[in-house]
Amino acid sequence: MAFRNEEDKKAYWSENLALLAKLLVVWFIVSFGAGILFVDILNEIQFFGFKLGFWFAQQGSIYVFVALIFVYMAKMNAMDKRYGVDEE
Amino acid sequence: MDVQTLTFIIVGASFALYIAIAIWARAGSTNDFYVAGGGVPPVMNGMATAADWMSAASFISMAGLISFMGYDGAVYLMGWTGGYVLLALCLAPYLRKFGKFTVPDFIGDRYYSQTARTVAVFCAIFVCFTYVAGQMRGVGVVFSRFLEVDIVSGVVIGMVIVFFYTVLGGMKGITYTQVAQYCVMIFAYIVPAVFISMMVTGHILPQTGFGATLADGSGVHMLQKLDNLSVELGFNEYTSGTKSTIDVFFITFALMVGTAGLPHVIVRFFTVPKVHDARKSAGYALAFIAILYTTAPSLAAFARVNMIETINGPEMTGTSYEEAPSWIKNWEQTGLIAFEDKNGDGKMFYSGDERNEMKVDRDIMVLANPEIANLPAWVIALVAAGGVAAALSTSAGLLLVISTSVSHDLLKRNFMPNITDKAELMYARLAAGVAIVIAGYFGINPPGFVAQVVAFAFGLAASSFFPAIIMGIFSKRMNDKGAIAGMISGIAFTAAYIIYFKFINPAANTPDNWWFGISPEGIGTLGMMVNFIVAFLVYKATDEAPEEIQELVESIRYPKGAGEASAH
Repeated sequence: MAFRNEEDKKAYWSENLALLAKLLVVWFIVSFGAGILFVDILNEIQFFGFKLGFWFAQQGSIYVFVALIFVYMAKMNAMDKRYGVDEE
Repeated sequence: MDVQTLTFIIVGASFALYIAIAIWARAGSTNDFYVAGGGVPPVMNGMATAADWMSAASFISMAGLISFMGYDGAVYLMGWTGGYVLLALCLAPYLRKFGKFTVPDFIGDRYYSQTARTVAVFCAIFVCFTYVAGQMRGVGVVFSRFLEVDIVSGVVIGMVIVFFYTVLGGMKGITYTQVAQYCVMIFAYIVPAVFISMMVTGHILPQTGFGATLADGSGVHMLQKLDNLSVELGFNEYTSGTKSTIDVFFITFALMVGTAGLPHVIVRFFTVPKVHDARKSAGYALAFIAILYTTAPSLAAFARVNMIETINGPEMTGTSYEEAPSWIKNWEQTGLIAFEDKNGDGKMFYSGDERNEMKVDRDIMVLANPEIANLPAWVIALVAAGGVAAALSTSAGLLLVISTSVSHDLLKRNFMPNITDKAELMYARLAAGVAIVIAGYFGINPPGFVAQVVAFAFGLAASSFFPAIIMGIFSKRMNDKGAIAGMISGIAFTAAYIIYFKFINPAANTPDNWWFGISPEGIGTLGMMVNFIVAFLVYKATDEAPEEIQELVESIRYPKGAGEASAH
């Protein structure tokens, strides 16, 4: 099945870009934000025996990264269905 | 049984398994050889990608690096996993839809330019060779320590094994072998980490044990103790680093962008039949990678505490060299640990100031860790098998990219367009054979600057491939001239900076002389920006990409009609 019309096609791409932008903002905040730029401030907070900034840099950011890819997968699959362009 | 015999048995059994799989999954066509016929299930592909991604460097060296760097080690953890996110979100789905085998194929077609393709082929081959030489070295180190053969025999054994299943099996064989290698590798990594975590903090999960209180009932947190120990011995506090914030930022970014541009990982996404499945296998792959990457920092911290306590003794006054545990003597033979009794008291002492009497190579931390913690012999043998699996799986993937680049991109697309499928396959195998011999040579005679060359490879990928691919997908109008000018200026800038500080004037390689305080390891980020800016300016001054190219870009943005990966 192809796109129903040109507008749908445009809407699909801009929705795709909006999703990417949101996910990449989270990606940036947990790694470069919490893990690097604000690490000293966050280190004042204790988190299960870790300094929070240190935890983000060596553990937390990685968990968020995995979650991001699965969120992306679910959202894109749902979007494909909504636009009638999924492959099944 | 002693460690020696157990190592023979466990490593030998894992080899037998890999070879059996290679025979079972022989490649029959170029399609099988390059992309496994496009028919690998997502979970399997995820494991294979993870095995491909996690090299001997991840398995053997990374925890050791973190152990010595403390907080600064996060650049590798975030850089390598965060780069994967970029790859999965911004590159993989579109390259899969594009449906060609290689990155140079994409660059060549998207920028309708043979020059661009050729530049990309040479970059890909260079990046892969840099990597593969390091992997072969890794195999050699593991063998020479655990099988007690010299390093030359170690490398040769590794070459024969890799040659056998790369050349015979192609991508199809490699994919299934890598699934097995992932399992061996992750098991070998987790088992000692769990053992040590339980011994030190009583937590089964190393990820939580790392922040927990010590099991000795003192109520002190593990990391607190490590910080105190580090400061006492004249090191920096473990949980805060020594690098400047801007440098950490730039290095992390360069590693992320550099890994996202690694050709041997991108090609993985072509081996799944549907865009839908490509997304799913990307998710699985990072989850599988994360298991090792979240264990590594805790292993690093535990290993550091254990090592300091074993060498300096519980009273922190040093321990007698005469009664040193066997791991110190064993590793002394390889030259990776050295003891010099400076104050003549016959006791070993490790510190970060003038009291220090030990030289400990950071590469031994993972391999020596089970011995330091007095774990059973089979765990030590298992770690050896894991290290070999990590090195073999990555070298096989890299060799495949090298052989594909030569036979497909260089011969078929450049010099011999009329070549038959069968002849192409033969050339691919021939190229893999030649590549192994060259890689083996560098494994036996490593250039003294391996670490520098690796920094070079990341910087190069960051400043060349990544911007060209991103613009190729997200800008319809970007033209050939812009992309080529961008790639060349990005590479030239990055290469010049690295070559100056690493080779021409290494004495000047200090933060005072760096531009904006950015080290050569992080300069790829700036190179990437140069690439983007130059590409944009040149594009503005020239014509936009032709209509049919804009349609091609349009077509890769939508999932519909993504067929099997096809030759052309």
